[in-house]
Order: sequence, then structure tokens, then C-alpha cells
Amino acid sequence: MSMTATVGHAHADPHHIGVVIEHPGPASKRIVTAYGFWVFLLSDIVMFSCFFAAYAVLSGQTADGPKGSEIFEQRNVAIETVCLLLSSFTCGMASIAADVRNRLWFYLGMAVTCVLGLIFLTIEFREFADLVARGYGPSRSAFLTSFFSLVGCHGLHVSAGVLWLLTMMAQVFAKGFRADVLRRMMCFALFWHALDIIWVGVFSVVYLLGGAP
Amino acid sequence: MSDQTHIPAGHDLAPGEEEQHSVGERILGYVVGLVLALLLTATSFFIAGTDLVWQPSIPVALIVLAIAQMGVHLVFFLHITTGPDNTNNVLALAFGLLVVFLVVGGTVWIMSHLNGNMPPMDQIMRMRT
Repeated sequence: MSMTATVGHAHADPHHIGVVIEHPGPASKRIVTAYGFWVFLLSDIVMFSCFFAAYAVLSGQTADGPKGSEIFEQRNVAIETVCLLLSSFTCGMASIAADVRNRLWFYLGMAVTCVLGLIFLTIEFREFADLVARGYGPSRSAFLTSFFSLVGCHGLHVSAGVLWLLTMMAQVFAKGFRADVLRRMMCFALFWHALDIIWVGVFSVVYLLGGAP
Repeated sequence: MSDQTHIPAGHDLAPGEEEQHSVGERILGYVVGLVLALLLTATSFFIAGTDLVWQPSIPVALIVLAIAQMGVHLVFFLHITTGPDNTNNVLALAFGLLVVFLVVGGTVWIMSHLNGNMPPMDQIMRMRT
């Protein structure tokens, strides 16, 4: 990022009173890329909000099937939550390592993130398989349809994130910390942290609120 | 983008990007965020299963805790702050939140009033036949 003389001047005058800055020119590619990805993430969150709205409306429509409190296991959800939180942290460590071009810590952070993501996916998949085996699949009731689509959509995002994570490790391995690879890494970190934010909504609304007897 | 003159030249931050900090400070930021998020998560799970608090307050408490934790994630992990270099990111976030609240709030509001303003579905079916 180029620091021009006007920047120092603007800092001296934080409310921009009487500061006339010439046209600043196009933003750097790093900012444009990340900003575009940020807008995508927000649109993704808007899409999730539709699933949340559907779940909120349909959570009582159990069609004499099981209620949320009968099928949710708080212990598994707690483990999943801790896994995703820790993976968000290690993903942050990996992005710091990428910024300072430290390969060892980058690979280590990404590998731990990948393992935690896979543990999360395994627990979620076993939960789904168990429900389907007991006859509580998505076709059982409107409540289960909305539950499977909301939680499953988040799970699909995590799966895509794990695949992206592996390609990022491969890219750093093959190309090193080039500017374009670092841009992709920044987008990946944003994606992974955003997934964690959505999971906060999922475990609060679906499992804790919906699991109340 | 027409009023770019209000933004200090060359001093925008990309979302997810921090001000220039040392590695130690950046790691400390993530540690603080992780501890706060773990505390809020533990509180959520504790509140949901406890008999110690007035029961009708639990849903509100859970929603407040969830919003607080999302805020912690935004600030400490995504580095979306209120600084002048973050204006564009925060504006995009504000618009996204507006749409989210319209969708979720509007849906819940309308659907909860639907049965009050419309005869139940089986009654409509009987009227048709």
C-alpha cells in the first residue's frame, strides 16, 4: 500500500475538515479482490437468512414427528462448536504466517484447520445418518426439512471450505507466497471466519433455541 | 464511489486486513477473540440448560449472546472495525444486515399473523367444495 503525503495530512485531521485530496486513483488489487469477496460473503449470509427464516417459521410443524428437543444432542453440538472456533483461530494463525511468509507455520496452521473442519464434518454427517436411519429424514416433517436444509447448507459450505483449504496449501507448495496466492489466502480466511459466524447463528437458533423443551 | 475525496488516499483497508501491527500483536488479537468467543459460547450452552434463571428470559438471552459473539468474530477475526479506513466494508455490512433483518424479521412477523388474519386451511378447502 503506497503511503502518500496526503495520508499523513489526513491523519492530522481525522474528520477531514478542510482537507481536499486529489482523486486517489484506483484501489490496489488486494483491496478490490477482498472487497468483492466481502460482498459475496454478505450475499451468502443473506441466502442463509432465508433458510433461518424458513426454520423459524417451520420449527413447530413437526407433523407428529419428533420435536427438536427429542433429537438434538447438546454434547455433540458443543464439540462441533469448539472445533469450528479453534479452526477459525488456527486459520487466523495460518494467514499471519502467510503474511510473514513462514512456510512451516502456514502448513501447520492450515493442517490443523483442515483436521478440525473434518472432525466437524464427521460429527455432523454421523448426526444426519443417525437421524435418517431412525426414520427422521428430511421428508418426515416440515421441521426436519428446514433443519436438514439449513444445517446441511452450512455443512456443504464447510466441505467446500475444506477443499479450498487443500488447494491453498497446494498452491503455496507449488507457487510459493506470490501476490495472487496471498490474495486467495485472504479470501479463504474471510470465507472460513464467515462460516463460523453462520455457525454461531445455527447453534444458537437451531440447537439451543429449537432444542428447548 | 463518487465521493472518494472523503477517504484518505491510498488508505483503505481490505476486509480482513488489519492496520500495520507486529506479528505478536496480531496473534494477541486472535487469542483475545478466541477467549471471548469461547466464553460467550460456554455461557450460551450453560444458559440453555440451566434452571437457575427465569425460563422465559432464556430465548432473549441466547439471541443477545449470539449477536455478541458474531460481533466478536467480526472485530477480532474479520477485522471489520469502525475506523475511517473501513468505511466501505462497514457500509456493505450494514446493507447486508438490513436485508437479513428484513428477511428474517419480516418472515417471522408475517407468518405469525397469518393464522390470525386468514381462516385455517381446512376451512378454505371446505369452502371450495
